[in-house]
Parts: sequence; structure tokens; C-alpha cells
Amino acid sequence: MSSIDYRAELARAGANVEGRWSAIRFFARRYPLGAVGAMIMAVFLFAAFFAPLITVYDPLTTNSALSLARPSAAHWLGCDFMGRDVYSRIVYGARISLAVGCGSMSLGVSIGVLIGLLSGYLGGWIDLAAQRLIDILQSLPLLVMALLMAASLGPSLHNTIIAISIPLIPYSARVVRATTLSLREQPFVESAKAIGMSELRIALRHILPNTLAPLIVLATAQFGSTILTEATLSFLGLGIPEPHPSWGRMLSESAAEYVRTAPWLVIFPGLAISFVVFGTNLLGDALRDILDPRQRS
Amino acid sequence: MGSYLVRRFGLMLLTLFGISVIIFLMLRLAPGNIADILFDAAGFVDPAEKAKIMEDLGLDKPLPVQYAQWIGGLLQGDLGYSYVSDRPAIREILPRIPITARVGGLALCFAVLIGVPLGVISAVKQNTRLDYILRVLSLSGLSMPAFWLGLLVLMGFVSYFGTIPIYTDAPQSFWAALGMYSIPAAVVGFRSSALMTRLTRSSMLEVLRQDYIRTARSKGASENVVNYHHALKNAVLPVVTVIGIEAAFLMGGLIVTETVFNIPGVARFLVEAIRWRDYPIVQNLVMYIAIIVVFINFTVDMLYAALDPRIKYSG
Repeated sequence: MSSIDYRAELARAGANVEGRWSAIRFFARRYPLGAVGAMIMAVFLFAAFFAPLITVYDPLTTNSALSLARPSAAHWLGCDFMGRDVYSRIVYGARISLAVGCGSMSLGVSIGVLIGLLSGYLGGWIDLAAQRLIDILQSLPLLVMALLMAASLGPSLHNTIIAISIPLIPYSARVVRATTLSLREQPFVESAKAIGMSELRIALRHILPNTLAPLIVLATAQFGSTILTEATLSFLGLGIPEPHPSWGRMLSESAAEYVRTAPWLVIFPGLAISFVVFGTNLLGDALRDILDPRQRS
Repeated sequence: MGSYLVRRFGLMLLTLFGISVIIFLMLRLAPGNIADILFDAAGFVDPAEKAKIMEDLGLDKPLPVQYAQWIGGLLQGDLGYSYVSDRPAIREILPRIPITARVGGLALCFAVLIGVPLGVISAVKQNTRLDYILRVLSLSGLSMPAFWLGLLVLMGFVSYFGTIPIYTDAPQSFWAALGMYSIPAAVVGFRSSALMTRLTRSSMLEVLRQDYIRTARSKGASENVVNYHHALKNAVLPVVTVIGIEAAFLMGGLIVTETVFNIPGVARFLVEAIRWRDYPIVQNLVMYIAIIVVFINFTVDMLYAALDPRIKYSG
């Protein structure tokens, strides 16, 4: 059961469309910024999945002869201090960003959905306890919470994903709780109860799908912020450890020195981060306009 | 209102208690304490000497005792000793606060002075070319990592002046300080202003859709009177309520920007303390940040209840 009815949206807009492709074309015309965002995300996903096909050099192979080599025909974006090809490292870095983005987002959203659903549907003391937990998690800025988590867990890919997912929990928990509260009183939930459906089945089968639209909007927005947070943690030396080609790590503190000597080491990884986060933000805005009519501008 | 205030205050204390427990446990569960790190660095391990250090630092006591000691000290203004510098934590933290407060305050000014007007313009000119440009600009501001923006500014300094600004010496005069801190403040403020623009825009759009705006239009009020007299006043209130979000956002920007610009403020100090596992510094700093954020949110809630006559709270 899907609660997102694109056809209604299309019909209301007067789009006379048949089939998936013309629907996509319609959305692209109506939300040009969203289409740009989707294209940026496609490039990002392509780079992450097909990294070995579009690079020549290994991202981890060091070569002292090429230390701090300027951008050239052989090494488009130059080489870093250890003589590793910056272009390869950026392309392979997309994999790290994708892993952290998907990992933290799905972990944070799943836990948040669980808490929100339990708290909104069951109410009572569970709701009270969940509300306090959310208040506590939200009383620290995202980055400070992630810093604390990362420092306590130690630097590794897994720990970074966990560290970033924890501060995300409150947002999805709040969204799901609010939606669940309003759905709980709906006639279709009462009828489900009347025909003897179990509480768990009602929650999963009837409530959860209806919270999907705001969740998708939230998850897209959070995808961008997880990538930014990972970059920041790695930049501060508390995220992904060497030798993984993380974009933030490539910009780590020595970057202040490269500002003078090797600006290409500073410009390109930062561009990659900004580009991808910009893409998710554009896409997120368009999805919000499409899926959440109250917010429509 | 009175009972609402009391209840809200009680919840605030409960939240602060919860966060203090989480901060405390997180730092204790971390692999490797300061004694391990000191000994790793020294390269030898003498168990007796290590036990002595653990005892001196109070790390051998049971966790509840350590927690009680921390909170007891915190309430009396005793923050313990920095493990790294062996000086009272409060003497390490206090002198750094004014620096961060100046950069943060300036950044907030930038954010409000730039962000709010741009958000209003963007909403009033909705779906025009100007609106699109402002939306893309604010979105790209939010998409740029704060540390990268700082690095780009440093790069600009290198290419124009051949040098980067140095923040280790305290500025002599007010104007020197303003000049010095306005650069990192602009970096932090730029991203916050992007957030401000977006929040103001959506709040303004929300208001512009209300019935009373249509009424104002239909009675013949000019476009300017409608936008700036009727709409703006009501749109600004929700923007005020997100000052808590804004402060938290600013904090993140300050941490990385102070690191990039090498500013000896309290935000960069937090990162250093985390790296060194300097518990007294980390737990106190993070606790202060939590207190500030929770208190701002509490104040904003109270202000909102006081300012908006539509909101009536029952105890």
C-alpha cells in the first residue's frame, strides 16, 4: 500500500501524462531546481558505484615522486602530499560519503520511526519517557553530539555512522509521533481495531505507510546533513581514519598549510562535498513541495 | 501561565539531568582514558605509577561517586582540574569564552542583518528570478562545509595579501578586535544567514497566505503596507522562536571556524580537549553548551507565550 498518490498530484496540475517517463518530464519542468538536484545525485551515485571504471589510478597507492604534483593531463586534479591522485580519491570518496549518508540516515530514521510510532500509538508513560529522551538528545547541537559520540566510540567507518545517526533520531521520531497521533483517531484505524486486527499489525500496516511522505522529505534533507557532518568530523580528525579517501579527511588540518602551497588539495574535495550536499538539498526541497502540500510554496 | 512556567522549568531541569548522565557515561565508556594515553605517549607502563595517576585523578572510584563529585563541583563552580595542563579547568575555560562570544555575537549580527531582509525579499518576490537566485544562494550557503568556506577565505587572503590573519595575540583596541574577528564571524554568519533566509522566507510565505492579508489587500492597502506593515510583524515571531536552532547551528560553525583560523576560543578548545580525552574540560564544556541551548529554548518558549496572545497554556 502506498500512500503517496502521484496521479492525483499530476491530475490536479493538469498534466496530461501517461507512463513513467512523461511523468518524470512533467516534474522536471515543474520543479527545475529539483531536477538539477536529481541530476547531481545521479552523478554522485554513478561515481560511487562505478568508481573503478572512471578512474585510472588507485586512490591508495602512494608515489613520493608525485608529492604535491600540480594538476596536469595525467593527474587532472593534482596529487596530495603522499603522491596519491586527487581525482581518484575524490571519486572513491563518493563511496565513503554514500556509505555514511545511507548508513547514518537509515539507522537514525529507523530508530526514530520506532520511537515515534511507539510513543505516538501507545501513548501513556512510554510517550512521556520517549519525549524526555528526545528532549535530551536535542539539547546538544548536532555537531557537538556527533563529536562526543565519535570521540567516545573511536575513529572508524562504523563508529562514524553510529555517531552521526544518534543526533538524527529526534527529528524522525517527532515527525512520526505527530503524524501517528493524528492518525490514531481516524475511522480506518478504528475499523481495523473493530475487525480484530492486532495493535502491532495496525501500527505497521496502517499507520506507518501514512507517515511515509514526511519521512521521505526528512530523510532526503538529513542525507545532506550526514555528509556534511561526516566531512566535519573527518576534518577534525575524529571521523573516518586514514587511508580511506574521505572528502573531509582530505581537507584535514594540514589543509591550512596547503592553502599556501597546494590550493588544489583544498578546492576540489570541498567542491565535491558542496556539490553533493547542494544536490540533496535541491532534491529535498522539490520533494517537500511535491509530497507535503501544506509546505507548498 | 504560572503553572505552565513551573512545569516547563521542571522539565528543563529533568532534561539537563538526563544530558549530564549521558555526557558522563559517554566519556567513561570511551576506550582508553587519560592515564592510558599519557602512558602510551611515554612508551612505558609501570602499573603502580599508572594506578597512582588514576587515583590522583579520581578515576579509580566507582562511577556514581565520580558523577556525584562532578555535579557537586559544577554546582559550586568547581570544575575540577584539566588532566592535560594540570590547572583548574575553570582557569582554562573562562579566558577563552570572551573570544568565542565576540566571534559568535558578531556572526549572529551578520546572520540576522543579512538573513532576515533577504528572506523577506525572497518571499515577497516569490517565484520571480530574484527569488530563485536568493533561494539557490541560500541553499548553496547551507551546502558548503563551514570549514571549507573558512579555508577559501584564507586562500583569498594568501593570494591578495600574501599572508593569513593570526589570532594568537589579543587585539589592543575595540576597533582592532572588530576588524580581526569580523572575518571569521562573517564566515560563520554567512551560513547562519542562509538558514535565516530560508526560515524567514517560509514564515513570511505562511503569513502572506492568511485571510487577513487578503482582507488588507481587498480594502486597498498598498503592496508595501501589506508586506511590511501587516505581514512582516507576524512573520518575525516564528523566526524568533528558532533562535535556539540558530544558536546550535552557530555553535557548529564556531567549532570548525575557530579551528581553521586558529582562534584560541572555547569552541576550538573543545575539539582539542576531546582529542586529549581531557574529561573535566570536555564534560564541563559540553554541559555548558547543553545548559545554554536548553535555557535559550526555555526562554524562547516563555517569550512566545508572552508575546503571542493567541497562545494560551493550561498547566
